Order: sequence, then C-alpha cells, then structure tokens
Amino acid sequence: MSLGEKTRRDFPILSRTVNGHPLVFLDSAASSQKPIQVIEAVEHYYRTSHANVHRALHTLGEEATERYEAARDAVRAFIGAASREEVIFTRGTTEGINLVAQAIGRTLRPGDEIVVTEMEHHSNLIPWQMACRDRGAVIRAIPVVGEGYLDLDGYARLLSPRTRVVAVAHVSNVLGTINPVARIAEEAHRAGAVVLVDGAQAVPHLPVEVAALGADFYTFSGHKMLGPTGIGVLYGRREIIERLEPAWGGGEMIKEVWIDRAQWNDLPWRFEPGTPPIAGAVGLHAAVDYLGKLGMGQVMAHEQALTAAALEALAPIPGVTLYGPRNPEMKGAVVAFNVDGLHPHDGAALLDQRGIAVRAGHHCAQPLMKRLGIVGTLRASFSVYNTAEDVARLAEAVAALRGDL
Amino acid sequence: MALYSDVIRDRFRKPRFRGAVEQPDVSAEDVNPLCGDRVRIQGRLAGGRVAEARWSGDCCAISAASADVLLEMMEGQPVSRAAQLTTASLLERLDSDIRPSRMKCVALPLTVLQAALGSEVRG
Repeated sequence: MSLGEKTRRDFPILSRTVNGHPLVFLDSAASSQKPIQVIEAVEHYYRTSHANVHRALHTLGEEATERYEAARDAVRAFIGAASREEVIFTRGTTEGINLVAQAIGRTLRPGDEIVVTEMEHHSNLIPWQMACRDRGAVIRAIPVVGEGYLDLDGYARLLSPRTRVVAVAHVSNVLGTINPVARIAEEAHRAGAVVLVDGAQAVPHLPVEVAALGADFYTFSGHKMLGPTGIGVLYGRREIIERLEPAWGGGEMIKEVWIDRAQWNDLPWRFEPGTPPIAGAVGLHAAVDYLGKLGMGQVMAHEQALTAAALEALAPIPGVTLYGPRNPEMKGAVVAFNVDGLHPHDGAALLDQRGIAVRAGHHCAQPLMKRLGIVGTLRASFSVYNTAEDVARLAEAVAALRGDL
Repeated sequence: MALYSDVIRDRFRKPRFRGAVEQPDVSAEDVNPLCGDRVRIQGRLAGGRVAEARWSGDCCAISAASADVLLEMMEGQPVSRAAQLTTASLLERLDSDIRPSRMKCVALPLTVLQAALGSEVRG
C-alpha cells in the first residue's frame, strides 16, 4: 500500500464529495488538509487545558504553557535547530518575514541592498519593498533562467558589500524548483549579508535541517504542513537574533517595564508579543509528530513519485504547457501548467465541476508571471494523502478540459 | 443552471464583438485586480449613439462572454444607456450560475464600457 493510500484514511475531509464526485484535493501548496490526530489534539486542548500561557499561577495556565512550550521543543527537533531559543512562533510565514524585514529594516541605510529572486512569493517581496522604501535601500533580484532555475552566476554578480539581506524561497510555490539554499547562504555570508529562507513550500515536503542549511532565518507555516491555520515558525540563528531588536512590542516580550522604557524578555519570547496562537502550536505539535512518524524522507519520495507521474501524464496532452523543472528530483510537490486557449481560472472552475481542487492564477508571484509572459497558471500540488489515482483523475480531466468549454 | 451556460460557451468560442474599431471616438481599458485580466473596449459614436463597439483583451471565458453580450446590448443604443446597465442585466443575459468569486469577471467589461463612455460608474 502506498503512503497516500495508507494516510488518506486519517484525513476525514477526503471522504466528502464535491459537485457529485469524490474529492481530489490537489491544492495542498495553498493549504493542506488536517489529519484526525491534529484535529483531536486541538479539540482536546480546548476541552481540557485552555488558558493563557506564561505567568499563570493556576493549573490550566500551567498545562497550557507546558503544551505550548512542548510544541516548541518538537518543532526544534523537527527542523534541526540548535536550541529552543531559536524557535519563534508566529502566525505564519508571512508574519515571520515581516518580523525580520521590519527588525532589520530599521538598520538599513540609503544605498543598502536586499537581494531577492524573480520567483519569490509576494510575501517574500513586499515586506522588503516596504523596508527599502522607508530607508532608501534598493531591491535586486536573482534572475530565473532555463526551465526555472536561479541564475547563480547572476547571483554572484549581485552580491557586494552593500548587500544586507539575501531573501530566497527554499522551494518555489509555482515552479517547484528546489533552490540550492546552502550554496546561496555560503556566498551571502562571504559578502557579509544575512540570509532569510522562505521555507513555506519546503518544510511540509522534504527533510529540512536549518542549521545545516546555513540560513540565519528560516520561516514556514503550520497550515501547509497538516497543522492548523494561524500558527507559523520563524527560526533565527542565535547569534543573529540575540542582537536583533524586536519588531513589535506588547505583553509577554518584556522583563520589566517603566512608563518610558522597558527591558526585553529572553529569547525566544522577546519576539512573541501578545497572546500567542496556543491551540495552533498544540496542533502544529501533532502535525510534526505525524510527519515525523511517516519520516520526511518517505514523504519526499512519495510526493516526488506523484510529481513525476503528473509530469508524465500531463506532458503529452495536446495544448498543455508545463512550467518549472521537468526533472522531478529537482522540484517539490508542485506542477504548474496551462492549457492552450483556456484561462487558468476557467480551467480550475471546470476541474472543480469534476471534484478536482487545483489552484489557478498568479499564485502571489506576479513578477514570475511577468517573467514567464503569462497571466497565470493552473497548479496541482501534492501532499502525503494524495495517490496515483488522484493524478490519473487529474490527467483525465485536463485532457477533457477544452471540450468542456 | 450550469456554471458555464450555453451562452457563455457560445460567446467564448464565437465572440461577435471581439476586435478593434478603426479610429475610435472612445476607448478604455482596465484590469481585474483578482487575476490581472485585461479588457479593452473601443467605440465609434454617431448622433449620441454607440454606432460600433468592439472589445479585446486577455481574459477568462466569463469576462469574454460578458463583454460580448454587453456590446451587443449597447450597439445602436444612446450613450446614456450605459449608465443604466448593471451586472444584474449582464447576469440575466449570461444565464449562468456565477459564483461570488467570479462576479468581478462579469463586472469588468461594464466598468470599462462606462469609463470609455465617460459615464458614471455605478456599483
């Protein structure tokens, strides 16, 4: 039995029908479905132990704090961070990037440069644009070349003593390209820049060891990795975040407060103002346990096989154009494509009529769409619960698309 | 009612009003912020009426069909008629089960037409 067939029974939503057809869910890159283990963990927490975390002197508060901090330890182990102080809970990838962009943004000087890539999600672009705009700094972008790889020679030429930050996606949410983050980080460090990696499309799909990658910041979302919405993680390398001023203020992130000043709390709470997403952390803990039990190597192999099957099945369909690397070993669990003469939004709506959920549009990557000269694409993405049958149903429906309209 | 009615499929496959107007008197273009779709409408006026109108653009079947039936409704009509048209009048013509997420696709050509004719854009 394949991993997909084995796991799908853990995901209650997958047994429903959509428009009279059994659901084929191929939009996990936007947000994954949740296994019963995660749903029950969140429910159990709310039923038995909910209270606000930290500083509570009653039993429920202590239990909630224990669970919240246990989630941090689980995440630390899952991503290979050196210490729990390096694991900051956020609301998601976007918040993690904004936190770093605002904290570092305050230290930018006119003429400083931020290096991004042409394949970034808007969430790893706009926060940097805002930081640069406020400080007179400049954005440079590593070009995308060939089937959708980063131009590393071009990257080397962009680096200079003016480069302050290199912000790059680990895995492209459109092309699926797995970027050589370790090499990118090494070169950035040689130029004296810090590196932020957007791991939203990587952590759910492949083994990630943040310390080994050499990233100074690595951020991802819970909801794309079988966990709840509203919880995310920002890993920050200790030497860097120790010296970083917090981006936002509030309760919880302080040790002592006077009317005109305050002393910051220890790591990691210094970066977690306000009541955190406690239930989200509990759910993420369950998700991390679930993925850990499957083994991320197994997850990656399973999804790569589905990606390979999808590329093979879609490529020969008349009118289909594929985007991104054709070698499934070079990409994550994402296949972007178009059907000639068909707008991606019409394609997605027609597939939905057959019970197949895919994403369509610019995928929050408009600069990449401009680079590719298209308005958007259809995108099928896979997770642990997808099967070869899902891919077969997708291919059959895509082949029929032009006749449907 | 189907999502893609016979009207939408027919207009998508065989648009009657797609193209350009030679030496247009009025012209406008706009973008659907949801998807980046672009619709342009050009028109030639005579005696306060729309003598000829054509649309062009990169857009989905719903926007295309909406633009096509819209220009059919406007051809030969007084310019002032554009201000009275609403998405409801277009929906009636399209005869389709348009979801809220695609309502902007229906509305875009009307916004463009009203801008072209310099009439008030109505909600």
